Amino acid sequence: MSVNYGSKRVVVGAHYGLRDWLSQRVTAALMALFTLALLVQVAWPGRPLGYETWAGIFAAQWMKVLTFAVIVALGWHAWVGVRDIWMDYVKPVGVRLVLQVATIVWLVGNMGWMVQVLWRL
Amino acid sequence: MADTSGTLSGARRARAAGRPGTMRLIDALGYRLPLAGVVSILHRASGALMFALLPFVVWLFDVTLSSEASYDRFTAAYAAGIGVFPAWFVKLVTLALIWAYLHHAVAGLRHLWMDATHSVTKEQGRTSAIATLAISIGLTLVLMGKLFGWY
Repeated sequence: MSVNYGSKRVVVGAHYGLRDWLSQRVTAALMALFTLALLVQVAWPGRPLGYETWAGIFAAQWMKVLTFAVIVALGWHAWVGVRDIWMDYVKPVGVRLVLQVATIVWLVGNMGWMVQVLWRL
Repeated sequence: MADTSGTLSGARRARAAGRPGTMRLIDALGYRLPLAGVVSILHRASGALMFALLPFVVWLFDVTLSSEASYDRFTAAYAAGIGVFPAWFVKLVTLALIWAYLHHAVAGLRHLWMDATHSVTKEQGRTSAIATLAISIGLTLVLMGKLFGWY
């Protein structure tokens, strides 16, 4: 174990390094900004919060584009987070692989549904 | 170390001798976590909960936006229930979602703050953990009142 690089590196699939750490924070910041942008519009004074206002918020093209980016960010963020949970608690490789594939299917399915709702408005 | 107990594994031998062996998930309940640890495990639990409730969130996104008729189905779900789920259950799940979102967001902002300012002392960890719990639980209670129509 003293040499753990190059051809001697022990590959455990633990996703070392900066990339996941950074993507987790960038996607989180984007979702936080989206929350703020949505809250400002929901709480905008002088209009009742009903279907008209709510649907109107998502009717703007810039809001659709931002929401789409947030849906992708959400899927990416959740993938890294849930994958970490499986890597921490599930040791048998076969079971872990099945859970990771199921996670991807779950996320992609939900994201697809969200995108469908968003762009048919 | 000489094995004197035949087929018993190291962990079982350790437990039989009355000392901690390999950790089992159930052992986590015996942990006495500092507040920063409570915030940390709740960060994970709230994330997992939102992941599990994702179809509910997308359903809300769908019915609130698609049409006025679907919007009425949304309000009816909170007034009279929907399908096999009574209204109180829909509200309870929504409350869990509200808490999970708030805790996850505030705990996440705490991480960004710690990254940006290199706040890594025990005292800062404890203080910011208290602030995280106070803000997320406080806001949850405020929205809970709104959800259950207390004001």
